[in-house]
Amino acid sequence: MLNSDTWLVVPLFNEARVIGDVVRAAVATFPHIVCVDDGSTDESAKCARAAGATVVQHPINLGQGAAIQTGLTFALAQKGASYFVTFDADGQHRVEDAESMVQALRDGQVDVVFGSRFLDDRTRPGLLKKAVLKTAIAFSNMTSGMHLTDSHNGLRAFNRTAAAALDIKQNRMAHASEIQDQVGRLGLRYVETPVHVLYTDYSRSKGQSLLNSVNILTELLYR
Amino acid sequence: MWIKVVLIAALTLLAGAGMRAPRGARHLAMRRIGLVAFAVFAVTSVLFPSLWNWLARQLGVGRGTDLLLYGLVLAFLGYIANSYQRFRGMETQITRLARRIALDEVLVPPLDERAPQSPRTDGAPDDVVDSKPRLPSENGLDTLS
Repeated sequence: MLNSDTWLVVPLFNEARVIGDVVRAAVATFPHIVCVDDGSTDESAKCARAAGATVVQHPINLGQGAAIQTGLTFALAQKGASYFVTFDADGQHRVEDAESMVQALRDGQVDVVFGSRFLDDRTRPGLLKKAVLKTAIAFSNMTSGMHLTDSHNGLRAFNRTAAAALDIKQNRMAHASEIQDQVGRLGLRYVETPVHVLYTDYSRSKGQSLLNSVNILTELLYR
Repeated sequence: MWIKVVLIAALTLLAGAGMRAPRGARHLAMRRIGLVAFAVFAVTSVLFPSLWNWLARQLGVGRGTDLLLYGLVLAFLGYIANSYQRFRGMETQITRLARRIALDEVLVPPLDERAPQSPRTDGAPDDVVDSKPRLPSENGLDTLS
């Protein structure tokens, strides 16, 4: 079976409208998908299950970081799981990008593949969003000593070594910087690869508010 | 003006205190010692109120009450820093609990989501469907790390 050694980890919070489509589109390429329902108040879990994903439900809302860690813990326990991809539930990520990232892992030269919006010009975030992102990325680079062009991209791929070594303690949005930090500190081999993030009207209406950047920076200092 | 040195040093320490990872019993003991020391100090102040004025003069502060006020502000900031650490510790515990529940329930859904069953009288557990998703604990993996 194609990609039977790979698990997609999808943190899921109130995406009942699109999660069915997202899972259906992905499951043809990635048969193993675990959606971590982070205390959704809509029918997200049901839609995800109906579309063919395994659903793990948090009894309370913890945050995206916690959902990713739960998903990784679950996937690591599954037989034959060798590769793990964090994938957004809102349809912003492309299955093709995830596939090429796993292929890069299969070649064995790297443990972690980070997707980046800023390695080429395909993705067009808004001007303000771009400015905020660049600031957050610069901060993450400074504190981790690594140099990434897009540390806050939700599309990442790990092999088993990397996934097992990660221990995400930041429950909410600071997890992105924490992952970068840990990859650097653990000395894992990593590479960045260009990905195309689709900013649909739906996903644009959600997304991280600028005020949240204040929260992220605070959480990084005051762990 | 020694008071300025003392205050700046104390404030810097307190700002830094919140950045360390939360720890447990050591801080508790220190807090308890601090409480006892505080009680002793409070009783002494009541018995010898001029002590504050003398201390204030040594540090370059006008009145004993002003010094007491500075001390109160520092104590309050310390309490905030400590509170935050304990809060982070509790948040970590809750996260682990919730994660454990979430992973356990993949095999057996929570009570309110199961199909209605007639109550058993023999005390045996409900049947568990032996489906593919497996509990992390069965693989010897530490889920609570």
